[in-house]
Amino acid sequence: MTRKREFKSQEIYVNMGPQHPSTHGVLRLMLRTDGEIVSDVAPMIGYLHRCAEKYGESGTYQMMIPYTDRMDYLAGMNCNWAYCLAAEKLGNVVVPERAEYIRIVMGELNRIASHLIAFGTYGLDLGAFTPFFYALDEREKILDLFEMVCGARLTYSYFRIGGVSQDLPEGWEQRCNQFIDDFRLRMKEFNDLLSHNYIFIKRTADVGVISPAMAIDYGCTGPVLRGSGVRWDLRIDEAYSLYDRFRFQIPIGRGEKGAIGDSWDRYMVRIREMEQSCDIIKQALRGLPDTGEYRAKVPKVFKPPKGEVYVRSESSKGELGFYLISDGTDRPYRVKARSPSLSNLCVLPAISEGMMIADLVATLGSLDIVMGEIDR
Amino acid sequence: MQEINGVSYLTKQIWTDATWLRFLSLNELGFFLMLIAGVLVLTFVLAYGTFVVWAERKVAGHVQDRLGPMRVGWHGWLQTLADGIKLMMKEDIYPTLADKPLFVLAPPIVFLSAFVGYAVVPFSQNAQMADLDIGVLYIMATASLGVIGLIMAGWASNSKWPLYGAMRSAALTVAYGIPLGLSIIPVLMVAGSLSMQDLVQSQNGGILHWNFFRCWPFMPLAFIIFFISNLAETNRVPFDIAEAESELVGGYHTEYSGVSFSVFFLAEYAAMYLACAVTTTLFLGGYLPPDLSGIPLILSLALLGIFLFWRFKTFHDRSQVSEAIFCAILVAAITLLWGVWPYFFWFLAKTGVLLYLMLHLRWTLPRLRIDQMMYMCWKVLTPVAFINILGTGLWWMWITGIPKNWWPY
Repeated sequence: MTRKREFKSQEIYVNMGPQHPSTHGVLRLMLRTDGEIVSDVAPMIGYLHRCAEKYGESGTYQMMIPYTDRMDYLAGMNCNWAYCLAAEKLGNVVVPERAEYIRIVMGELNRIASHLIAFGTYGLDLGAFTPFFYALDEREKILDLFEMVCGARLTYSYFRIGGVSQDLPEGWEQRCNQFIDDFRLRMKEFNDLLSHNYIFIKRTADVGVISPAMAIDYGCTGPVLRGSGVRWDLRIDEAYSLYDRFRFQIPIGRGEKGAIGDSWDRYMVRIREMEQSCDIIKQALRGLPDTGEYRAKVPKVFKPPKGEVYVRSESSKGELGFYLISDGTDRPYRVKARSPSLSNLCVLPAISEGMMIADLVATLGSLDIVMGEIDR
Repeated sequence: MQEINGVSYLTKQIWTDATWLRFLSLNELGFFLMLIAGVLVLTFVLAYGTFVVWAERKVAGHVQDRLGPMRVGWHGWLQTLADGIKLMMKEDIYPTLADKPLFVLAPPIVFLSAFVGYAVVPFSQNAQMADLDIGVLYIMATASLGVIGLIMAGWASNSKWPLYGAMRSAALTVAYGIPLGLSIIPVLMVAGSLSMQDLVQSQNGGILHWNFFRCWPFMPLAFIIFFISNLAETNRVPFDIAEAESELVGGYHTEYSGVSFSVFFLAEYAAMYLACAVTTTLFLGGYLPPDLSGIPLILSLALLGIFLFWRFKTFHDRSQVSEAIFCAILVAAITLLWGVWPYFFWFLAKTGVLLYLMLHLRWTLPRLRIDQMMYMCWKVLTPVAFINILGTGLWWMWITGIPKNWWPY
C-alpha cells in the first residue's frame, strides 16, 4: 500500500508592523499572503491613541491647541490652523489681515515641510536612501524659520484663537524669501534624483491605482484625491482665510507614466504642490501688511455662544476638519477631528488585493499617512 | 603551457618551477606554506573588508551631503573596527523556536562561500594561492554555494520575514547565475582557457588588448551583463531585495545579532570584492598595467587633473578637503607601491574603481521589484548574453580565421 505524500500549500498571515520600517509609525497591517502576492490587507490602528479629543473637552478652548500639534506632527501649523478656524467661527472672531498673511505663510511652509518628508520617506520605502537626506536638509531650514518665530521645531502651538502668538521677528521675511529662492533650485535636484528615475517610475507607475470614483467614495482628500485626477482643493473651492486673493494652480494626476491615480501621480502631485506653495509664500510675503495687529483682541476667558460648527481646511494630507459644540461655557462640549490620513488609509485594502509585498509598501508610502493623526 | 595568440609565458614558466604555491602539486612543505598563504589571504580579506565598509560609509556620507563617520580615529577610519568589537561583545541571541544547528551554521557557510573563491584570484603574477585549470568555474561554483547559507538562515530563523528574504535570494541567485555564466563564455572563447592566470595573460600587451576593449561591442556588452549579474548575486542595490530593509525588515538576517550578524556583514563585502576581482581578471586585464604611452598617458593625466579640479571645486567643507589631501597622500603611497610591486597596484586600482561604482550605485538608485528583476534576467540579459556569444564567436572567427578542424568528424 503506497501512501501518497502531498505538499500542502497554504496562505500565510504576516504581521507587518506595528514595528516595521515602512509603516510610517505604529500602523499594523495584517497581511494574508500567497508567497509574495498579498491577497488581503487589514490595517489595524489604535497604537498611538492618546484621547486627544477627550482632552479637548476637559480643557478650555485655548488648551486644545497644543494637542492639535500632536495630531499631524509633520504639519503642526496646519492642525493649529484648522482648530483655530473652527473656534473663531464658533466665537465670531475676526482675524486681522496681518495675522491672516502670517498664517498663510506658515501653513504653506509647513505644507512644504510635510511634503518633503513624504518625498524622502517614499524614497526610503523604495530603497533609495539619498533623497531622504536631501529632503531632511531642506526641511531643517524650514524648521529654522519656525524656530525663529515661535521657538519650537516640531510642536509649534504658534496659532492662537484670533491670530498668532507673536509677531514675525526682524529680518524673517528676507530669510524666508531667500529660502524659497534656494528651494526652487533644489526642487530640480529632487526631480533628477528620484522623480524621473527609470527604476522609480517602473516601481510606482500603474501601482496602487485609485480611480476618481473610488477616491471620492472612500472620502480621500488632499494629494490622494488630486492624484486621482479630481480637481478639489479647499483653498480654492472653499477659500477660507485670504486664499481668494492668491493665484496658484491645483496640480492633479494626469496619468503621465501609467494609469490616472497611480502611485507616481500621487507622488508627483506633492512635488508640484511644493512649487505652488512656493508661489503662494512669495505672494504672501509681498502682500504682507507692514503694520497691523498679529492677534485680535480675544478675552482670556473665551466663551463662545451656544452652538455647533464644523470647519474644514486643506492640510498637507487633505481635508482636516474640526467639529466643535459649545454649551456656552469656556470649555467645548465636544471636540471631534476629521483626519485626512484615516480616510486615505481606508482605501488601502480595496486597492491592494493581488499586489506584491513590495507594491504594498510603495502604495502605502504614496498615501502618506501620519499615525498621530489617524489615532489622535 | 602553450602559447596562445603569441602571448609569452616567460614569467609564468619561472614560477612553474617553484611549485610551492601551486595547489595541485603539494608536498609536506607545500601544505604548510599553503596554510600560511591561506591565512595571509584571509587577513587581506578581513582588512580590506573593514576598509570597504569604511569607504562605503564615507561614500554614502558624501553622496548624501554629510560627513559620514568622523569620531573613531582620523576621519572615522577605525569606525568599522569599533563596530566589529561592539558586535562581538554583544549577546548572540537565538530565537526560541529557531532550528539552532542550522541557525548557527548559516553565517559560516555564507562567509566560506565568499572566502574560498579568493584561492584562485590572481592578485599578481605569483600572488595566487592556486592556479586551478578550472579557476573561473571554481569561483562560479563556490560563489553560488552562498545561497544555501542564506536559505538556511531564512529557514532556521523560524520567522516569516527571513523566510521571504531566503526565498527571494534563492530565486535571485539561481536566476542570475545563468546570465553570469553566459557572459563569461565570450571571454573564455577568446582566451581559450579557464585558468585565471591564462585569462590575465591572454590580455597582455596594453590597454587595447584588455577584453573590455576587444570585440567591440560584444565584449563590453558581456562586461555589462556580468557586472549587473554580479550586483544581483551579491545582493547589492538595485537588486538588494533579499534584505530589502523597507519591505522585509532585514531579510534573511532579521533574527541574527552579535557575531553571527557581523559574519553576514563581512561575507557580503568579501563577496563584493571577489566579484570586483573576477570582473577585473576577466575584462580589465587583471593585474596587468594599462601600458599607456605617449599621447594616451598625457591625455589621461589631463583628464585626471580636470576631474580632481572639479572635485575640489565642489568641496564646501574643510574636512572634505583634508580628506582629499589624505587621498592624495594615499595615492602617493600607492604610487610607491606601484614602483615596488606594479602588478598588485594595478589590481588594487582596477578593483577599487569597480568597487566605487558599486558603492555609488547603492546610494543613488531605488530598488527593483522581484518580478521586474526576473523579467530583466530571463527576458533581457539571458537572450542578449546568448546572442553575445554568437556575435563574439563570429567576430573571433573573422579575426583568427576559421580553424582547420572546425568540423570534428
